[in-house]
Amino acid sequence: MSGRPLATGETRAGWLFTAPALALIGVFFFVPVIGGLLLSLTDFDIYAIGDPHAVRVVGLANYGQLLNQPLFWKALGNTFYFVALGGPLSVLASLSAALLVSQRRVRFPGLFRSIFFMPVVTTLVAVAIVWRYLYHPQYGLVNAGLALLHLPAVDWLGDPRWAMPAIIVMTVWKNFGYNMLIFVAGLQSIPEELYEAAALDGAGAWSRFVHVTLPGLAPTFLFVGVTTMLGMFQMFSEPYVMTQGGPLKATTTIVLLMYEEGFRWWRLGLAAAIAFVLFVIMLLGTLLQMRLQRDRA
Amino acid sequence: MKKGTGSAILLHAALIAAGALTLIPLAWMVSASFMPAGEANSFPPRLLPSAPTLEHYTTLFTRLQVWRHLLNSLIVAGLGTCAALVINGMAGYAFAKLRFRGREATFRFLLLALVVPAQVGMLPLFLMLRSMGFVNTYVGAIVPFLASVFGIFLIRQYALAIPDDLLDAARVDGAGELRIFARIVLPVLTPILVTLAVFVFLSAWNDFMWPLIVLSDERKYTLPVALANLSGEHVQDTELMMAGSVITVLPVVILFLALQRHYMRGVMMGSVKG
Repeated sequence: MSGRPLATGETRAGWLFTAPALALIGVFFFVPVIGGLLLSLTDFDIYAIGDPHAVRVVGLANYGQLLNQPLFWKALGNTFYFVALGGPLSVLASLSAALLVSQRRVRFPGLFRSIFFMPVVTTLVAVAIVWRYLYHPQYGLVNAGLALLHLPAVDWLGDPRWAMPAIIVMTVWKNFGYNMLIFVAGLQSIPEELYEAAALDGAGAWSRFVHVTLPGLAPTFLFVGVTTMLGMFQMFSEPYVMTQGGPLKATTTIVLLMYEEGFRWWRLGLAAAIAFVLFVIMLLGTLLQMRLQRDRA
Repeated sequence: MKKGTGSAILLHAALIAAGALTLIPLAWMVSASFMPAGEANSFPPRLLPSAPTLEHYTTLFTRLQVWRHLLNSLIVAGLGTCAALVINGMAGYAFAKLRFRGREATFRFLLLALVVPAQVGMLPLFLMLRSMGFVNTYVGAIVPFLASVFGIFLIRQYALAIPDDLLDAARVDGAGELRIFARIVLPVLTPILVTLAVFVFLSAWNDFMWPLIVLSDERKYTLPVALANLSGEHVQDTELMMAGSVITVLPVVILFLALQRHYMRGVMMGSVKG
Protein backbone atom coordinates (compact mmCIF):
# COMPACT_ATOMS: atom_id res chain seq x y z
CA MET A 1 0.00 0.00 0.00
CA SER A 2 1.16 3.52 -0.72
CA GLY A 3 1.73 6.08 1.99
CA ARG A 4 -1.35 7.98 0.91
CA PRO A 5 -4.09 8.08 3.57
CA LEU A 6 -7.06 5.83 2.87
CA ALA A 7 -9.78 7.73 1.06
CA THR A 8 -13.29 7.13 2.39
CA GLY A 9 -14.76 6.84 -1.10
CA GLU A 10 -12.23 4.20 -1.98
CA THR A 11 -12.77 2.32 1.26
CA ARG A 12 -16.50 2.23 0.68
CA ALA A 13 -16.02 1.11 -2.90
CA GLY A 14 -13.56 -1.54 -1.77
CA TRP A 15 -16.06 -3.19 0.52
CA LEU A 16 -18.88 -2.68 -1.96
CA PHE A 17 -16.93 -4.33 -4.77
CA THR A 18 -15.92 -7.29 -2.66
CA ALA A 19 -19.24 -7.66 -0.81
CA PRO A 20 -21.02 -9.96 -3.31
CA ALA A 21 -18.04 -12.33 -3.55
CA LEU A 22 -17.44 -12.32 0.21
CA ALA A 23 -21.12 -12.88 0.96
CA LEU A 24 -21.39 -15.77 -1.51
CA ILE A 25 -18.19 -17.46 -0.40
CA GLY A 26 -19.14 -16.91 3.23
CA VAL A 27 -22.67 -18.27 2.92
CA PHE A 28 -22.09 -21.05 0.40
CA PHE A 29 -18.60 -22.15 1.40
CA PHE A 30 -17.42 -21.21 4.89
CA VAL A 31 -20.78 -21.72 6.58
CA PRO A 32 -21.28 -25.18 5.02
CA VAL A 33 -17.72 -26.18 5.94
CA ILE A 34 -18.32 -25.31 9.59
CA GLY A 35 -21.76 -26.91 9.24
CA GLY A 36 -20.02 -30.05 7.98
CA LEU A 37 -17.91 -30.26 11.09
CA LEU A 38 -20.99 -29.88 13.29
CA LEU A 39 -22.96 -32.33 11.15
CA SER A 40 -20.27 -34.96 11.66
CA LEU A 41 -20.95 -34.80 15.41
CA THR A 42 -24.64 -35.68 14.98
CA ASP A 43 -26.69 -38.71 13.98
CA PHE A 44 -28.35 -36.79 11.12
CA ASP A 45 -30.08 -39.40 8.91
CA ILE A 46 -33.10 -39.86 6.67
CA TYR A 47 -35.50 -39.33 9.59
CA ALA A 48 -33.87 -36.03 10.45
CA ILE A 49 -34.51 -34.73 6.93
CA GLY A 50 -38.23 -34.98 7.61
CA ASP A 51 -37.99 -33.83 11.21
CA PRO A 52 -34.88 -31.79 12.11
CA HIS A 53 -35.73 -32.06 15.82
CA ALA A 54 -34.92 -35.75 15.71
CA VAL A 55 -31.21 -34.95 15.34
CA ARG A 56 -29.06 -35.84 18.33
CA VAL A 57 -25.51 -34.82 19.10
CA VAL A 58 -23.48 -37.99 19.33
CA GLY A 59 -19.99 -36.55 19.79
CA LEU A 60 -17.33 -38.57 18.04
CA ALA A 61 -19.51 -41.65 17.57
CA ASN A 62 -19.49 -41.31 13.77
CA TYR A 63 -15.71 -41.27 13.73
CA GLY A 64 -15.66 -44.29 16.03
CA GLN A 65 -18.07 -46.10 13.73
CA LEU A 66 -15.83 -45.35 10.73
CA LEU A 67 -12.79 -46.83 12.43
CA ASN A 68 -14.73 -50.06 12.95
CA GLN A 69 -16.05 -50.21 9.40
CA PRO A 70 -13.95 -52.45 7.09
CA LEU A 71 -15.32 -50.67 4.01
CA PHE A 72 -13.98 -47.34 5.27
CA TRP A 73 -10.48 -48.79 5.59
CA LYS A 74 -10.85 -50.42 2.19
CA ALA A 75 -11.85 -47.08 0.63
CA LEU A 76 -9.01 -45.33 2.41
CA GLY A 77 -6.56 -47.94 1.14
CA ASN A 78 -7.94 -47.70 -2.42
CA THR A 79 -7.62 -43.91 -2.36
CA PHE A 80 -4.03 -44.08 -1.11
CA TYR A 81 -3.23 -46.70 -3.75
CA PHE A 82 -4.65 -44.40 -6.41
CA VAL A 83 -2.71 -41.37 -5.17
CA ALA A 84 0.56 -43.23 -4.52
CA LEU A 85 0.68 -44.91 -7.93
CA GLY A 86 -1.28 -42.43 -10.04
CA GLY A 87 0.35 -39.29 -8.65
CA PRO A 88 3.97 -40.08 -9.59
CA LEU A 89 2.91 -41.65 -12.92
CA SER A 90 0.90 -38.57 -13.78
CA VAL A 91 3.75 -36.19 -12.87
CA LEU A 92 6.21 -38.32 -14.84
CA ALA A 93 3.97 -38.28 -17.93
CA SER A 94 3.52 -34.51 -17.64
CA LEU A 95 7.24 -33.87 -17.24
CA SER A 96 8.11 -36.11 -20.19
CA ALA A 97 5.58 -34.39 -22.42
CA ALA A 98 6.81 -30.97 -21.29
CA LEU A 99 10.44 -31.89 -22.03
CA LEU A 100 9.46 -33.17 -25.48
CA VAL A 101 7.44 -30.13 -26.55
CA SER A 102 10.01 -27.73 -25.08
CA GLN A 103 12.89 -28.92 -27.27
CA ARG A 104 13.92 -26.03 -29.45
CA ARG A 105 14.00 -28.15 -32.60
CA VAL A 106 10.35 -29.20 -32.38
CA ARG A 107 8.22 -28.21 -35.36
CA PHE A 108 4.70 -27.03 -34.48
CA PRO A 109 5.17 -27.08 -30.69
CA GLY A 110 1.82 -25.31 -30.31
CA LEU A 111 0.02 -28.10 -32.17
CA PHE A 112 1.49 -30.82 -29.96
CA ARG A 113 0.76 -28.80 -26.84
CA SER A 114 -2.89 -28.45 -27.90
CA ILE A 115 -3.19 -32.16 -28.65
CA PHE A 116 -1.71 -33.16 -25.28
CA PHE A 117 -3.96 -30.67 -23.55
CA MET A 118 -7.15 -31.76 -25.31
CA PRO A 119 -8.18 -34.52 -22.84
CA VAL A 120 -8.00 -32.00 -19.98
CA VAL A 121 -10.92 -29.97 -21.30
CA THR A 122 -13.11 -32.96 -22.14
CA THR A 123 -15.98 -33.93 -19.87
CA LEU A 124 -14.82 -36.54 -17.38
CA VAL A 125 -18.10 -38.48 -17.41
CA ALA A 126 -18.09 -38.71 -21.21
CA VAL A 127 -14.50 -39.91 -21.54
CA ALA A 128 -14.92 -42.29 -18.61
CA ILE A 129 -17.74 -43.91 -20.58
CA VAL A 130 -15.51 -44.03 -23.67
CA TRP A 131 -12.75 -45.73 -21.68
CA ARG A 132 -15.20 -48.23 -20.25
CA TYR A 133 -15.67 -49.49 -23.80
CA LEU A 134 -11.95 -49.23 -24.63
CA TYR A 135 -11.36 -51.54 -21.66
CA HIS A 136 -13.95 -54.09 -22.84
CA PRO A 137 -12.30 -57.52 -22.39
CA GLN A 138 -13.42 -58.77 -25.85
CA TYR A 139 -14.09 -55.80 -28.10
CA GLY A 140 -11.98 -53.08 -26.47
CA LEU A 141 -9.11 -51.36 -28.25
CA VAL A 142 -6.81 -51.71 -25.23
CA ASN A 143 -6.80 -55.49 -25.38
CA ALA A 144 -6.54 -55.32 -29.18
CA GLY A 145 -3.39 -53.24 -28.69
CA LEU A 146 -2.05 -55.78 -26.21
CA ALA A 147 -2.75 -58.57 -28.70
CA LEU A 148 -0.64 -56.75 -31.30
CA LEU A 149 2.22 -56.88 -28.79
CA HIS A 150 1.47 -60.57 -28.16
CA LEU A 151 0.37 -59.84 -24.60
CA PRO A 152 -2.56 -61.66 -22.96
CA ALA A 153 -5.98 -60.01 -22.71
CA VAL A 154 -6.98 -58.54 -19.36
CA ASP A 155 -10.47 -58.09 -17.93
CA TRP A 156 -9.56 -54.52 -16.96
CA LEU A 157 -12.64 -53.32 -15.12
CA GLY A 158 -13.92 -56.76 -14.13
CA ASP A 159 -10.84 -57.95 -12.28
CA PRO A 160 -10.33 -56.49 -8.77
CA ARG A 161 -6.56 -56.49 -9.30
CA TRP A 162 -6.72 -54.53 -12.56
CA ALA A 163 -9.65 -52.18 -12.06
CA MET A 164 -7.70 -49.55 -10.12
CA PRO A 165 -4.65 -49.60 -12.43
CA ALA A 166 -7.07 -49.25 -15.37
CA ILE A 167 -8.64 -46.17 -13.79
CA ILE A 168 -5.17 -44.79 -13.05
CA VAL A 169 -4.13 -45.10 -16.72
CA MET A 170 -7.29 -43.33 -17.82
CA THR A 171 -6.74 -40.58 -15.22
CA VAL A 172 -3.15 -40.04 -16.35
CA TRP A 173 -4.37 -39.79 -19.96
CA LYS A 174 -7.05 -37.29 -18.92
CA ASN A 175 -4.86 -35.02 -16.80
CA PHE A 176 -1.23 -35.08 -17.91
CA GLY A 177 -1.70 -32.12 -20.26
CA TYR A 178 -2.52 -29.79 -17.41
CA ASN A 179 0.71 -30.32 -15.47
CA MET A 180 2.63 -30.48 -18.76
CA LEU A 181 1.70 -26.85 -19.33
CA ILE A 182 2.86 -25.90 -15.85
CA PHE A 183 6.15 -27.72 -16.41
CA VAL A 184 6.58 -25.91 -19.73
CA ALA A 185 6.20 -22.60 -17.90
CA GLY A 186 8.69 -23.82 -15.29
CA LEU A 187 11.19 -24.85 -17.95
CA GLN A 188 10.92 -21.45 -19.62
CA SER A 189 11.75 -19.74 -16.33
CA ILE A 190 15.16 -21.47 -16.06
CA PRO A 191 17.79 -18.96 -17.27
CA GLU A 192 19.53 -19.99 -20.49
CA GLU A 193 22.90 -18.93 -19.01
CA LEU A 194 22.78 -21.81 -16.54
CA TYR A 195 22.67 -24.29 -19.43
CA GLU A 196 25.45 -22.47 -21.25
CA ALA A 197 27.63 -22.41 -18.15
CA ALA A 198 27.01 -26.13 -17.59
CA ALA A 199 27.86 -26.87 -21.23
CA LEU A 200 31.10 -24.88 -20.87
CA ASP A 201 31.95 -27.02 -17.84
CA GLY A 202 31.65 -30.03 -20.13
CA ALA A 203 28.34 -31.29 -18.73
CA GLY A 204 26.51 -33.72 -21.00
CA ALA A 205 22.77 -33.66 -21.68
CA TRP A 206 21.96 -35.96 -18.75
CA SER A 207 24.17 -34.05 -16.36
CA ARG A 208 22.58 -30.75 -17.44
CA PHE A 209 19.15 -32.29 -16.84
CA VAL A 210 20.09 -33.44 -13.33
CA HIS A 211 22.05 -30.37 -12.25
CA VAL A 212 20.22 -27.54 -14.01
CA THR A 213 16.74 -28.61 -15.10
CA LEU A 214 15.60 -30.59 -12.06
CA PRO A 215 16.75 -28.03 -9.44
CA GLY A 216 15.28 -25.26 -11.59
CA LEU A 217 11.93 -27.04 -11.55
CA ALA A 218 11.85 -27.49 -7.75
CA PRO A 219 9.08 -24.93 -7.10
CA THR A 220 7.09 -26.36 -10.01
CA PHE A 221 7.40 -29.85 -8.55
CA LEU A 222 5.99 -28.63 -5.26
CA PHE A 223 3.02 -26.94 -6.91
CA VAL A 224 2.32 -29.84 -9.27
CA GLY A 225 2.81 -32.41 -6.51
CA VAL A 226 0.42 -30.72 -4.10
CA THR A 227 -2.33 -29.90 -6.61
CA THR A 228 -2.18 -33.33 -8.24
CA MET A 229 -2.35 -35.06 -4.87
CA LEU A 230 -5.26 -32.90 -3.71
CA GLY A 231 -7.17 -33.57 -6.93
CA MET A 232 -6.58 -37.31 -6.77
CA PHE A 233 -7.72 -37.63 -3.17
CA GLN A 234 -11.09 -36.35 -4.37
CA MET A 235 -11.60 -38.93 -7.12
CA PHE A 236 -15.26 -39.70 -7.56
CA SER A 237 -16.64 -39.64 -11.11
CA GLU A 238 -14.26 -42.25 -12.58
CA PRO A 239 -15.29 -45.12 -10.30
CA TYR A 240 -18.90 -43.90 -10.20
CA VAL A 241 -19.19 -44.15 -13.99
CA MET A 242 -16.75 -46.95 -14.82
CA THR A 243 -17.06 -49.48 -12.01
CA GLN A 244 -19.60 -48.24 -9.43
CA GLY A 245 -16.82 -48.82 -6.91
CA GLY A 246 -16.39 -52.49 -7.81
CA PRO A 247 -15.45 -55.17 -8.53
CA LEU A 248 -15.47 -56.31 -4.90
CA LYS A 249 -15.19 -52.66 -3.79
CA ALA A 250 -11.70 -52.51 -5.34
CA THR A 251 -12.32 -49.00 -6.68
CA THR A 252 -14.47 -47.54 -3.92
CA THR A 253 -12.77 -44.27 -2.99
CA ILE A 254 -13.26 -42.06 0.04
CA VAL A 255 -15.43 -39.57 -1.83
CA LEU A 256 -17.49 -42.32 -3.47
CA LEU A 257 -18.08 -43.81 -0.03
CA MET A 258 -19.05 -40.37 1.28
CA TYR A 259 -21.50 -39.93 -1.59
CA GLU A 260 -23.09 -43.31 -1.03
CA GLU A 261 -23.41 -42.91 2.73
CA GLY A 262 -24.67 -39.34 2.38
CA PHE A 263 -26.83 -39.27 -0.70
CA ARG A 264 -27.82 -42.87 -1.25
CA TRP A 265 -28.40 -43.98 2.33
CA TRP A 266 -28.90 -40.46 3.73
CA ARG A 267 -26.56 -41.04 6.67
CA LEU A 268 -25.38 -37.44 6.51
CA GLY A 269 -23.72 -37.40 9.92
CA LEU A 270 -21.53 -40.35 9.03
CA ALA A 271 -20.84 -38.96 5.54
CA ALA A 272 -19.76 -35.62 7.03
CA ALA A 273 -17.29 -37.48 9.24
CA ILE A 274 -15.85 -39.19 6.14
CA ALA A 275 -15.47 -35.78 4.46
CA PHE A 276 -13.60 -34.44 7.47
CA VAL A 277 -11.25 -37.38 7.60
CA LEU A 278 -10.48 -36.66 3.93
CA PHE A 279 -9.86 -32.99 4.75
CA VAL A 280 -7.40 -33.84 7.51
CA ILE A 281 -5.55 -36.32 5.28
CA MET A 282 -5.27 -33.76 2.47
CA LEU A 283 -4.03 -31.13 4.89
CA LEU A 284 -1.39 -33.48 6.28
CA GLY A 285 -0.38 -34.48 2.76
CA THR A 286 0.11 -30.84 1.78
CA LEU A 287 2.15 -30.04 4.89
CA LEU A 288 4.28 -33.15 4.35
CA GLN A 289 5.11 -32.18 0.77
CA MET A 290 5.94 -28.63 1.79
CA ARG A 291 8.20 -29.95 4.55
CA LEU A 292 9.97 -32.41 2.23
CA GLN A 293 10.53 -29.67 -0.31
CA ARG A 294 11.93 -27.27 2.29
CA ASP A 295 14.30 -29.86 3.71
CA ARG A 296 15.68 -30.52 0.28
CA ALA A 297 16.22 -26.82 -0.48
CA MET B 1 23.84 -30.15 -38.16
CA LYS B 2 23.96 -33.58 -39.72
CA LYS B 3 24.46 -35.25 -36.36
CA GLY B 4 21.26 -33.64 -35.09
CA THR B 5 19.01 -34.96 -37.86
CA GLY B 6 18.70 -38.46 -36.44
CA SER B 7 17.78 -37.25 -32.99
CA ALA B 8 15.36 -34.72 -34.46
CA ILE B 9 13.57 -37.55 -36.26
CA LEU B 10 13.48 -39.57 -33.03
CA LEU B 11 12.12 -36.57 -31.17
CA HIS B 12 9.31 -36.06 -33.66
CA ALA B 13 8.57 -39.77 -33.78
CA ALA B 14 8.13 -39.73 -30.02
CA LEU B 15 5.89 -36.65 -30.21
CA ILE B 16 3.74 -38.13 -32.96
CA ALA B 17 3.40 -41.45 -31.11
CA ALA B 18 2.40 -39.68 -27.90
CA GLY B 19 0.01 -37.43 -29.80
CA ALA B 20 -1.62 -40.43 -31.49
CA LEU B 21 -2.03 -42.25 -28.16
CA THR B 22 -3.62 -39.12 -26.74
CA LEU B 23 -6.07 -38.73 -29.60
CA ILE B 24 -7.03 -42.40 -30.14
CA PRO B 25 -9.71 -42.55 -27.41
CA LEU B 26 -11.34 -39.37 -28.71
CA ALA B 27 -11.04 -40.42 -32.36
CA TRP B 28 -12.58 -43.81 -31.59
CA MET B 29 -15.42 -42.10 -29.72
CA VAL B 30 -16.24 -40.04 -32.82
CA SER B 31 -15.83 -42.95 -35.19
CA ALA B 32 -17.95 -45.37 -33.13
CA SER B 33 -20.71 -42.77 -32.83
CA PHE B 34 -21.25 -43.10 -36.61
CA MET B 35 -21.21 -46.91 -36.67
CA PRO B 36 -24.41 -48.90 -37.28
CA ALA B 37 -25.75 -50.45 -34.07
CA GLY B 38 -23.64 -53.38 -32.91
CA GLU B 39 -20.61 -52.65 -35.08
CA ALA B 40 -18.52 -51.24 -32.24
CA ASN B 41 -18.86 -54.63 -30.52
CA SER B 42 -17.20 -56.75 -33.14
CA PHE B 43 -14.08 -58.81 -33.11
CA PRO B 44 -11.49 -57.82 -34.13
CA PRO B 45 -12.42 -54.22 -33.18
CA ARG B 46 -13.35 -51.93 -36.06
CA LEU B 47 -11.70 -48.54 -36.29
CA LEU B 48 -13.98 -46.97 -38.89
CA PRO B 49 -17.71 -47.36 -39.57
CA SER B 50 -18.55 -49.64 -42.53
CA ALA B 51 -21.50 -47.42 -43.46
CA PRO B 52 -21.54 -44.15 -41.48
CA THR B 53 -24.93 -43.35 -40.00
CA LEU B 54 -26.48 -40.53 -38.00
CA GLU B 55 -29.15 -42.76 -36.47
CA HIS B 56 -27.75 -42.54 -32.94
CA TYR B 57 -27.70 -38.76 -33.01
CA THR B 58 -31.26 -38.79 -34.31
CA THR B 59 -32.33 -41.16 -31.54
CA LEU B 60 -30.67 -38.98 -28.92
CA PHE B 61 -32.28 -35.76 -30.10
CA THR B 62 -35.74 -37.17 -30.76
CA ARG B 63 -36.57 -40.15 -28.58
CA LEU B 64 -34.18 -39.41 -25.73
CA GLN B 65 -34.62 -35.63 -25.86
CA VAL B 66 -30.99 -34.85 -25.34
CA TRP B 67 -31.61 -31.26 -26.46
CA ARG B 68 -33.22 -30.69 -23.08
CA HIS B 69 -29.99 -31.60 -21.30
CA LEU B 70 -27.94 -29.62 -23.78
CA LEU B 71 -30.09 -26.62 -22.93
CA ASN B 72 -29.77 -27.27 -19.19
CA SER B 73 -26.00 -27.43 -19.49
CA LEU B 74 -25.94 -24.23 -21.53
CA ILE B 75 -28.10 -22.42 -18.99
CA VAL B 76 -26.12 -23.59 -15.96
CA ALA B 77 -22.69 -22.98 -17.52
CA GLY B 78 -23.73 -19.77 -19.30
CA LEU B 79 -25.46 -18.08 -16.37
CA GLY B 80 -22.76 -19.27 -14.01
CA THR B 81 -20.08 -17.78 -16.22
CA CYS B 82 -21.81 -14.39 -16.55
CA ALA B 83 -22.36 -14.11 -12.81
CA ALA B 84 -18.82 -15.27 -12.03
CA LEU B 85 -17.32 -12.64 -14.32
CA VAL B 86 -19.13 -9.77 -12.61
CA ILE B 87 -18.66 -11.01 -9.05
CA ASN B 88 -15.03 -12.16 -9.29
CA GLY B 89 -14.06 -9.34 -11.64
CA MET B 90 -15.14 -6.64 -9.19
CA ALA B 91 -13.69 -8.41 -6.18
CA GLY B 92 -10.40 -9.23 -7.88
CA TYR B 93 -9.95 -5.64 -8.97
CA ALA B 94 -10.83 -4.32 -5.50
CA PHE B 95 -8.33 -6.65 -3.82
CA ALA B 96 -5.64 -5.48 -6.24
CA LYS B 97 -6.25 -1.77 -6.55
CA LEU B 98 -8.71 -0.25 -4.09
CA ARG B 99 -7.07 0.78 -0.84
CA PHE B 100 -9.23 -0.14 2.11
CA ARG B 101 -8.63 -1.22 5.68
CA GLY B 102 -8.71 -4.98 6.20
CA ARG B 103 -8.01 -5.74 2.55
CA GLU B 104 -4.91 -7.89 3.02
CA ALA B 105 -6.32 -9.76 6.01
CA THR B 106 -9.56 -10.52 4.15
CA PHE B 107 -7.69 -11.75 1.09
CA ARG B 108 -5.45 -14.01 3.17
CA PHE B 109 -8.53 -15.41 4.88
CA LEU B 110 -10.08 -16.19 1.49
CA LEU B 111 -6.95 -18.10 0.44
CA LEU B 112 -7.63 -20.46 3.35
CA ALA B 113 -10.56 -21.79 1.33
CA LEU B 114 -8.12 -23.28 -1.17
CA VAL B 115 -7.00 -26.02 1.23
CA VAL B 116 -10.52 -27.16 2.10
CA PRO B 117 -11.96 -29.79 -0.26
CA ALA B 118 -15.39 -28.88 -1.61
CA GLN B 119 -16.81 -32.19 -0.36
CA VAL B 120 -16.56 -31.02 3.25
CA GLY B 121 -19.25 -28.43 2.67
CA MET B 122 -21.35 -30.38 0.19
CA LEU B 123 -23.67 -32.13 2.64
CA PRO B 124 -24.61 -29.02 4.65
CA LEU B 125 -24.83 -26.99 1.43
CA PHE B 126 -27.34 -29.48 0.11
CA LEU B 127 -29.42 -29.23 3.30
CA MET B 128 -29.16 -25.44 3.20
CA LEU B 129 -30.30 -25.17 -0.41
CA ARG B 130 -33.04 -27.67 0.33
CA SER B 131 -34.45 -25.47 3.07
CA MET B 132 -34.21 -22.47 0.73
CA GLY B 133 -36.11 -24.34 -1.97
CA PHE B 134 -33.18 -24.38 -4.40
CA VAL B 135 -32.77 -28.13 -4.73
CA ASN B 136 -33.61 -29.28 -8.25
CA THR B 137 -33.32 -25.75 -9.67
CA TYR B 138 -30.78 -24.11 -11.95
CA VAL B 139 -29.87 -21.73 -9.14
CA GLY B 140 -28.94 -24.66 -6.94
CA ALA B 141 -26.72 -26.07 -9.68
CA ILE B 142 -25.02 -22.70 -10.29
CA VAL B 143 -24.35 -21.70 -6.68
CA PRO B 144 -20.85 -23.24 -6.36
CA PHE B 145 -19.63 -21.40 -9.47
CA LEU B 146 -20.78 -17.87 -8.63
CA ALA B 147 -17.80 -16.70 -6.61
CA SER B 148 -14.49 -18.52 -6.43
CA VAL B 149 -11.25 -17.82 -4.67
CA PHE B 150 -9.36 -18.98 -7.74
CA GLY B 151 -11.29 -16.52 -9.93
CA ILE B 152 -10.64 -13.62 -7.57
CA PHE B 153 -6.96 -14.60 -7.38
CA LEU B 154 -6.66 -14.75 -11.17
CA ILE B 155 -8.21 -11.31 -11.72
CA ARG B 156 -6.22 -9.82 -8.85
CA GLN B 157 -2.88 -11.02 -10.26
CA TYR B 158 -3.70 -9.38 -13.58
CA ALA B 159 -5.17 -6.18 -12.14
CA LEU B 160 -2.07 -5.54 -10.00
CA ALA B 161 -0.37 -4.26 -13.17
CA ILE B 162 -2.86 -1.41 -13.67
CA PRO B 163 -1.00 1.85 -12.86
CA ASP B 164 -2.41 3.71 -9.85
CA ASP B 165 -1.83 7.04 -11.61
CA LEU B 166 -4.39 6.12 -14.24
CA LEU B 167 -7.06 5.53 -11.60
CA ASP B 168 -6.08 8.55 -9.48
CA ALA B 169 -6.23 10.84 -12.52
CA ALA B 170 -9.80 9.73 -13.14
CA ARG B 171 -10.63 10.34 -9.46
CA VAL B 172 -9.23 13.86 -9.68
CA ASP B 173 -11.52 14.40 -12.64
CA GLY B 174 -14.40 13.53 -10.36
CA ALA B 175 -15.25 10.06 -11.69
CA GLY B 176 -16.94 7.70 -9.22
CA GLU B 177 -15.45 4.27 -8.46
CA LEU B 178 -18.12 2.37 -10.38
CA ARG B 179 -17.59 4.58 -13.40
CA ILE B 180 -13.81 4.10 -13.19
CA PHE B 181 -14.35 0.35 -13.06
CA ALA B 182 -16.67 0.33 -16.06
CA ARG B 183 -14.77 2.81 -18.24
CA ILE B 184 -11.11 2.30 -17.41
CA VAL B 185 -10.62 -1.01 -15.62
CA LEU B 186 -12.91 -3.33 -17.59
CA PRO B 187 -11.24 -2.70 -20.97
CA VAL B 188 -7.83 -3.41 -19.41
CA LEU B 189 -9.11 -6.59 -17.76
CA THR B 190 -10.79 -7.98 -20.89
CA PRO B 191 -8.14 -10.62 -21.71
CA ILE B 192 -8.13 -12.09 -18.21
CA LEU B 193 -11.93 -11.96 -18.08
CA VAL B 194 -11.99 -14.11 -21.22
CA THR B 195 -9.60 -16.51 -19.47
CA LEU B 196 -11.85 -16.67 -16.42
CA ALA B 197 -14.93 -17.13 -18.61
CA VAL B 198 -13.42 -20.18 -20.30
CA PHE B 199 -12.39 -21.61 -16.93
CA VAL B 200 -15.79 -21.19 -15.32
CA PHE B 201 -17.70 -22.37 -18.37
CA LEU B 202 -15.60 -25.51 -18.71
CA SER B 203 -15.75 -26.42 -15.05
CA ALA B 204 -19.50 -25.79 -14.83
CA TRP B 205 -20.13 -27.73 -18.05
CA ASN B 206 -17.96 -30.67 -17.02
CA ASP B 207 -18.99 -30.83 -13.37
CA PHE B 208 -20.67 -34.03 -12.32
CA MET B 209 -20.84 -34.58 -8.58
CA TRP B 210 -22.67 -31.41 -7.58
CA PRO B 211 -25.41 -31.47 -10.27
CA LEU B 212 -25.81 -35.20 -9.54
CA ILE B 213 -26.54 -34.31 -5.93
CA VAL B 214 -28.64 -31.19 -6.35
CA LEU B 215 -30.73 -32.08 -9.42
CA SER B 216 -33.27 -34.83 -8.78
CA ASP B 217 -35.70 -34.38 -11.67
CA GLU B 218 -34.46 -36.10 -14.82
CA ARG B 219 -35.70 -33.19 -16.95
CA LYS B 220 -33.33 -30.83 -15.10
CA TYR B 221 -30.22 -33.00 -15.57
CA THR B 222 -27.19 -31.42 -17.18
CA LEU B 223 -25.48 -33.40 -19.94
CA PRO B 224 -22.92 -35.27 -17.79
CA VAL B 225 -25.59 -36.38 -15.31
CA ALA B 226 -27.96 -37.36 -18.12
CA LEU B 227 -25.16 -39.25 -19.84
CA ALA B 228 -24.21 -41.18 -16.71
CA ASN B 229 -27.87 -41.97 -16.20
CA LEU B 230 -28.27 -43.08 -19.81
CA SER B 231 -25.20 -45.29 -19.67
CA GLY B 232 -26.90 -47.37 -16.99
CA GLU B 233 -29.92 -48.19 -19.19
CA HIS B 234 -28.09 -48.35 -22.51
CA VAL B 235 -24.87 -50.05 -21.49
CA GLN B 236 -25.12 -52.41 -24.48
CA ASP B 237 -25.69 -49.59 -26.98
CA THR B 238 -22.05 -48.65 -27.43
CA GLU B 239 -22.60 -46.53 -30.54
CA LEU B 240 -25.46 -44.60 -28.93
CA MET B 241 -23.36 -43.87 -25.84
CA MET B 242 -20.49 -42.68 -28.02
CA ALA B 243 -22.82 -40.28 -29.83
CA GLY B 244 -23.96 -38.98 -26.43
CA SER B 245 -20.34 -38.55 -25.38
CA VAL B 246 -19.57 -36.62 -28.58
CA ILE B 247 -22.50 -34.26 -27.93
CA THR B 248 -21.27 -33.68 -24.38
CA VAL B 249 -17.60 -33.18 -25.25
CA LEU B 250 -17.86 -31.31 -28.56
CA PRO B 251 -19.02 -27.90 -27.24
CA VAL B 252 -16.15 -27.64 -24.74
CA VAL B 253 -13.55 -28.88 -27.20
CA ILE B 254 -14.67 -26.24 -29.72
CA LEU B 255 -14.61 -23.58 -27.03
CA PHE B 256 -11.12 -24.67 -26.02
CA LEU B 257 -9.79 -24.70 -29.58
CA ALA B 258 -11.22 -21.23 -30.20
CA LEU B 259 -9.90 -19.69 -26.98
CA GLN B 260 -6.99 -21.95 -26.06
CA ARG B 261 -4.48 -19.13 -25.73
CA HIS B 262 -6.63 -17.52 -23.05
CA TYR B 263 -7.25 -20.79 -21.29
CA MET B 264 -3.62 -21.85 -21.22
CA ARG B 265 -2.59 -18.46 -19.86
CA GLY B 266 -4.97 -19.06 -16.96
CA VAL B 267 -3.41 -22.45 -16.22
CA MET B 268 0.05 -20.92 -16.18
CA MET B 269 -0.99 -17.91 -14.11
CA GLY B 270 -2.74 -20.13 -11.61
CA SER B 271 0.54 -21.91 -10.99
CA VAL B 272 2.44 -18.74 -10.17
CA LYS B 273 2.70 -18.33 -6.46
CA GLY B 274 1.12 -15.07 -5.34
